[in-house]
Amino acid sequence: MSNWLDAVLVLLMLTSLWLLGSSRLQACIRAVALQGALLGLIPLLSKWPDISLRLGAVAVVSMVIKAVVLPALLRRAVREVNVRNEVEPLVGFTTSLLLGIALWGIATHIAGRLPVDVPGLSPLLVPVAIFTVLCGFLLIVSRNTAVMQVIGYLGLENGIYVFGWAFAIEEPLLVEMGVLLDVFVAVFVMGITIHHLSREFDSIETDELASLKD
Amino acid sequence: MLWLLIAVPAIAALLAFALPWNWPRRALLVASAGLHAGLSAAALASPPQPLLNGWIALDAASLLFLAITSTVFLVTSFYAVGYLAREGRRDPEPSEDIPFVNFPEAVFTGCLLLFLAAMTLVVVSHHWGLMWVAVEGTTLASAPLIYFHRYPKSLEATWKYLVICSVGIALALLGNFFLAVAAKGAHLPLHLAIADLERHAGALDPLWLQAAFLLLLVGYGTKMGLAPLHTWLPDAHSEAPSIVSALLSGVLLNCAFLAILRGHSLLVKAGLGKFSQDLLVLFGLVSMVVAAVFIIRQADYKRLLAYSSIEHMGILALGVGIGGVAGFGSMLHAVNHSFTKAMLFLAAGNTLAFFHTKSTAEARGTLRVLPVTGVLWIAGLLAITGSPPFGTFLSEFTVLKGIVDGGHVLTGVCYLAALGAVFVGMSAVVLPIVYGTPAAEQSAVTASQGPATEAWWSVAPPLVLGTGVLLLGLYLPAGLSDLLKQAAIAVGAQ
Repeated sequence: MSNWLDAVLVLLMLTSLWLLGSSRLQACIRAVALQGALLGLIPLLSKWPDISLRLGAVAVVSMVIKAVVLPALLRRAVREVNVRNEVEPLVGFTTSLLLGIALWGIATHIAGRLPVDVPGLSPLLVPVAIFTVLCGFLLIVSRNTAVMQVIGYLGLENGIYVFGWAFAIEEPLLVEMGVLLDVFVAVFVMGITIHHLSREFDSIETDELASLKD
Repeated sequence: MLWLLIAVPAIAALLAFALPWNWPRRALLVASAGLHAGLSAAALASPPQPLLNGWIALDAASLLFLAITSTVFLVTSFYAVGYLAREGRRDPEPSEDIPFVNFPEAVFTGCLLLFLAAMTLVVVSHHWGLMWVAVEGTTLASAPLIYFHRYPKSLEATWKYLVICSVGIALALLGNFFLAVAAKGAHLPLHLAIADLERHAGALDPLWLQAAFLLLLVGYGTKMGLAPLHTWLPDAHSEAPSIVSALLSGVLLNCAFLAILRGHSLLVKAGLGKFSQDLLVLFGLVSMVVAAVFIIRQADYKRLLAYSSIEHMGILALGVGIGGVAGFGSMLHAVNHSFTKAMLFLAAGNTLAFFHTKSTAEARGTLRVLPVTGVLWIAGLLAITGSPPFGTFLSEFTVLKGIVDGGHVLTGVCYLAALGAVFVGMSAVVLPIVYGTPAAEQSAVTASQGPATEAWWSVAPPLVLGTGVLLLGLYLPAGLSDLLKQAAIAVGAQ
């Protein structure tokens, strides 16, 4: 199944670039939902055909949360508040894309220096994981609207998950569920905060949040 | 037994969300804090059996940090009751000088108790994944606490806290996965249980292990407030209600510190101690210097205390990085700092309630208008700057002794210079708060009615904490000293 796995990884990489280049919030939410769905496929494809009940369950739950529930929460936040698309990010969209290509170079460089001693592991896996994390970072620091920052956080989290799935790290079910729950609550709390932000500041542009400084 | 430590605050939190009456809820807060403290004391007397294959266990380090958490929470819970009663009496409608409505008290109390449950889980977990879940849990439980006064600035602080800490902690998750890869490379069928990893530390892949520690340090270091990752800390501490600031500074930062210590301990056991020690010393010194720069001429006394926390987190990291006797000093300093900082934040809360301003230029002469709070400020200033006879003097001196013993001249010079700068900077800001001349209107009120009466709940808790620090400076009980030593050994700092 390694061809399929590679295809999924390439798609993941493309969704990251899509996130970097798009100004439309709805499109970005769709991209991050697609990422969540692709993410759930990775453990299934890499272990195919011997999938334990536990692995299947975790994959399905993670897919439901990351591809359905969290995007729904984000959409609700966007609908409720007086939302605008990202008009003037700190770093422009073309520049972001160019930076994205540079990040890919960095990711492959880092991945090349870390020894991976797991047979049958796709050579794309580690670079794609690191790339997704770096793209999430770039989104968080370069975008002005609170919703885009949450999307960046989700992208970052997805990248970390690619890594976790890649090595099929045998974390106990309890911990995996805990991690998913934390992410869910984090986005939920952030959603509520966004709601309050829009009421207080009449916008969710975080560059208005600049009264606290030294 | 161990379950109860986490279950008591968690169940009490659910009750607090559900209870519709204020006074029973406040009683519940104090009762569950007292029960938690009692359970911690029992655990100190006879450490209970580990649970869940040893993922939840109490070693010396857990016991030490559990004791700090429980004590500070219990003492501040009394303050919380009075505080909530006073906030509850406020005009529920927004008015000219109070342009906001507080968060519902039920949510506040519930989150406070959830916060305690999450912090307890951090200190007792001996599994990297579980600890990560707990640390992120503390962020989520405390975010609504910072937003108690619903005004724009606290909202801004909450947002920064949520985003910066969540991103930081996400990196720590990546660090966890790196740890697992380090174990996989060694062909060990391992989970991320701390004890298992430490037992096989020698077989772990060193490169992945170093990368993992770096991520854990950056991730949990964000939460601990190590510069330059500290940016959320002054905002959150200055905008949160003072009792929350006291808990954030006095307890939460320690929990994040413990998470870093677990990583350090693993590296020491794997023979890579030099790598983690150097990083800890570097981050420690940078934090002290950055904090000193911002403390000098600070115009907001709650931000002042927040920067002071960054400085003290630097001392903790530095002490562990130096090792030897400094590791012991660092453990002792964790206790001293928690008590002192919680006391100072509570005193700051009293000051803020009276003057309605956090500006150091306007809140002056507390000794005249609020005599007990004035005394608390002056004692707190002496304690936090490490003056004798307070316990902080002893612990900062022990760290210095460790530095000198190890022959780290440059580190010692930087350490002393930063401490000196902080001493001067803090004195210059705090002394006018204590001895300055109050503004005309407050002077007039005081002249006609005498000093304001200070409610017992607002002064007794900080006085208890201050007395604790003073006693620790005069006499270190043998039992505590043993515990500190064992804790330092358990985290590889001895």
